[in-house]
Amino acid sequence: MSFVRPSFRHPDLPVNKIGYTRVDYDGALSTLCAGCGHDSITSAIIQACFELSLEPHRIAKLSGIGCSSKTPAYFLGNSHGFNAVHGRMPAVATGAVMANRDLTYIGISGDGDTASIGMGQFVHAVRRNLDITYITMNNGVYGLTKGQDSATADLGSASRKGIPNPFAPIDLCANAIQLGAGYVGRSFSGDKTQLIPMLKAALAHKGFSFVDVISPCVTFNNGTSSTKSYASMRENMRAAEMFDFVPAREEITVAYEEGDFANVTMHDGSVIQLHKGDGKLNVQSRRSALAALEDYRHDGKILTGLLYIDAESRDLHNILNTSQTPLNELNEQDLCPGSAVLEQINQRLR
Amino acid sequence: MDKISAVNDFVIRFATVNGSGSASANNMFARAVIRHGVPASPKNIFPSNIQGLPTWYEVRINEHGYLGRRGGVDFMVAVNGRTLFDDYRQVLPGGYFLYDSTKRLPPGFTRKDITEIGIPLARLCNEEYQEPRQRQMFKNIAYVGALAYLFNMEFSVFTESVKQKFKKKIKLIDPNIKALDLGYYYAKEHYPKACSIAVERRDCVGDFILVDGNSAAGLGALYGGATFAGWYPITPSTSVVDAFEAYSEKFRLEAESGRRKFAVVQAEDELAAIGMVIGAAWNGSRSFTATSGPGVSLMNEFIGLAYFAEIPAVIVNVQRAGPSTGMPTRTQQGDLLTCAYASHGDTRHPMLFPCNPEECFDMTATALDLADRLQTPIFVMSDLDLGMNDNLSPPMVWDDKRRYDRGKVLDAKALEQRKTRWGRYLDEDGDGIPYRTYPGTHPTLGSYFTRGSSHDEYARYTESSAAYERDMQRLMVKWQTAKTLVPVPHARTRGKDSPYAALFFGTSTHSSYEALSGLKKEGVPINSMRIRSFPFSQEIKKFIDQHDLVFIIEQNRDGQMRTLLINECGIVPAKLVSVLNIDGMPITARFISKHIHRVLADHKVIAINATVAQ
Repeated sequence: MSFVRPSFRHPDLPVNKIGYTRVDYDGALSTLCAGCGHDSITSAIIQACFELSLEPHRIAKLSGIGCSSKTPAYFLGNSHGFNAVHGRMPAVATGAVMANRDLTYIGISGDGDTASIGMGQFVHAVRRNLDITYITMNNGVYGLTKGQDSATADLGSASRKGIPNPFAPIDLCANAIQLGAGYVGRSFSGDKTQLIPMLKAALAHKGFSFVDVISPCVTFNNGTSSTKSYASMRENMRAAEMFDFVPAREEITVAYEEGDFANVTMHDGSVIQLHKGDGKLNVQSRRSALAALEDYRHDGKILTGLLYIDAESRDLHNILNTSQTPLNELNEQDLCPGSAVLEQINQRLR
Repeated sequence: MDKISAVNDFVIRFATVNGSGSASANNMFARAVIRHGVPASPKNIFPSNIQGLPTWYEVRINEHGYLGRRGGVDFMVAVNGRTLFDDYRQVLPGGYFLYDSTKRLPPGFTRKDITEIGIPLARLCNEEYQEPRQRQMFKNIAYVGALAYLFNMEFSVFTESVKQKFKKKIKLIDPNIKALDLGYYYAKEHYPKACSIAVERRDCVGDFILVDGNSAAGLGALYGGATFAGWYPITPSTSVVDAFEAYSEKFRLEAESGRRKFAVVQAEDELAAIGMVIGAAWNGSRSFTATSGPGVSLMNEFIGLAYFAEIPAVIVNVQRAGPSTGMPTRTQQGDLLTCAYASHGDTRHPMLFPCNPEECFDMTATALDLADRLQTPIFVMSDLDLGMNDNLSPPMVWDDKRRYDRGKVLDAKALEQRKTRWGRYLDEDGDGIPYRTYPGTHPTLGSYFTRGSSHDEYARYTESSAAYERDMQRLMVKWQTAKTLVPVPHARTRGKDSPYAALFFGTSTHSSYEALSGLKKEGVPINSMRIRSFPFSQEIKKFIDQHDLVFIIEQNRDGQMRTLLINECGIVPAKLVSVLNIDGMPITARFISKHIHRVLADHKVIAINATVAQ
């Protein structure tokens, strides 16, 4: 079942630049377990879209199957949504993006949906540089089928069943960086101050933006022996350098000392202001990003934050040189060469 | 010995090695026959391999326009040493065996009932050409030259076709004509009047075209307004998307920017290919994929989603011999059941059955209309024989007044003008087809959630039994509507009161017509109906009801069309007699008539016994 929210609105709710209140970005009520990390991510998506002043109906949200994939019902109620089959959201999204280049696309998936059944589709969507913001809600466990380890569960981590996972994890961020994603970040559902700007920058990025959000499963994977529990994350999470996202045409108001930050200008004119951290991570270098991920993992820590950005990457529409007009708006006149041309073709075949 | 004697009605087979350049020479011969105004139907029989394995090319020549395989070989051109003996044995008594006599035939080639024609192809070419590659290539052209003499064909037709082919490589014209001469004059000198088969000029080809079905299907997708193709390479379907892309590069570029008004994405597998098609169609682009049996197997999950969530999709299935990898380069009509009911749960999908390239073109375009109108996957059921062989076909036709039927789609204005609440899965018109919206249409109206899980009329997730049942029953109403929209069958009456009839479809058509025409001449008139689509219209059931015994001619082991007819029309099984060809080769007219004769004989025996028993 899905439950509709009451339509009561406080008259003084703040509006964004296009006149929408945050409530206009809401969806149906969540039916996930109380305390589920996914609900925090849902809330961050709503906030990010609201702050970016995106028109809700110009966003399409797509997902696969699983707890995470249910969440598109819980945000952006005025957007079209597509709950596809298990692990196959990337393919559906590829077709959808090709059909209409003018919408914003949000793909929602989980660790089972992406790192196991959908791994093949995930890696190919990355390497095609599909223009989509792809978010995994990563809890290391299969929730709907009641607690099996997923492929991102850390070696030795144990879910509620108590059996340590004997397999090495798949690091989706490392995969995405290797395969050429132009924007890769990792965050924690409990860290809104990091997650919201990360999502905003991801949505502004042209091309494949990948955001892996560690999102504890309170029911099956939040015990003391789990590495994806709230407690473990709070203890072991290490945020990479801080950054601010400044949307296009907005004045940069916070001033930092010269030398303390670097600006990355995105396709649409938005700017990511990177604050200098300990110098271990250069987010514009794939090599540095991969090394940093590995270094932190070696120390039993989880590196979060913006990991890699290439603001100049070419998305699939650019690679294929498709029309600037969305393909779904073309009509007979644009598409059909007509009978005279067909007769010429026939003539050549005689 | 009675030599086979024929004018404009014979079968010639070329036994060659793939990758040796024989294909273009054989093609030159087939086209030359057609340029004499005589219909010809070439078929490639090739291995799943790029170079070095045996390959055959069979051309049926028939001035009455019977373009299916007839069966048997009247004239063999045998230039593959490895299959020489088999090829030798296959020639019909009275037939002809042309071979490269540079080496003598080995012992054992002792048939007295055929005419052997030895042309020293290798020797002639070695003497004439210096480059090893040319020596090899021109052997093929030389035997074509010999055929030109033996069949008493107009030599100028060949020289003209060489000139046309090498318009842009003028250097190659003279050596090619020289090779034709080598064969022609050797045959003239050594085999005058040896051959009683001839090709005579006629005017029986009309405005027909020679093209493979896959190219026509790709062009049909272009004309039908497809803007997206997601696909994965698989024999024998690959050239459908190749053609779509090549023609689109010509006719679908923006004049100034050169940008493409289409997108083709080569997917990582067939699962992704159909997923992309569904995603694009959900978002308002006409989309299609082309695949073959193994691909359809992989696509099953998504096909079920598209059926249940009601998303258009067009799947051109160029069938090959299954099951599993099967015989990837052989033909079959073996995917009927798997496509009709693809995916788990209760599902059913319309299928169209083209029988020639013109229909490949038209039905692919029509499928795009049907998919949008019915909001469901549509299969175009071609096969390797139709898809990969050059088929002589009526020309492709497009009516400039034709408009794309985009089906029931609500735009922003339509949403605002509605007086009643819109529901994505609400049957407002009683035809089982609901209204849909594209993403991004309106700020507050028309958005919904698409899902493969159970949903109510307003696209809300539901576990209500009643709502689920209503939805599934409405899909059956839509199925009834589909019956009124799909292409109608073509019937032919040969005997008004004949108790016998035959049903066939797709590439079984041409041989069936030839067989039935022959049977009629022998005094057995059998009425026929060519099925062109599934679901079956009432007409088909009525036609079956009008006859006592109905032959179902198809190219698979299990009689899949027969099963569909029994299942969908409630026909008494005993009435439907299968005529089944499963050797992976296109069905022949002789096979069909032989089979029907046998059944009719048995049938009469049973009837007599029944009388005795009374």
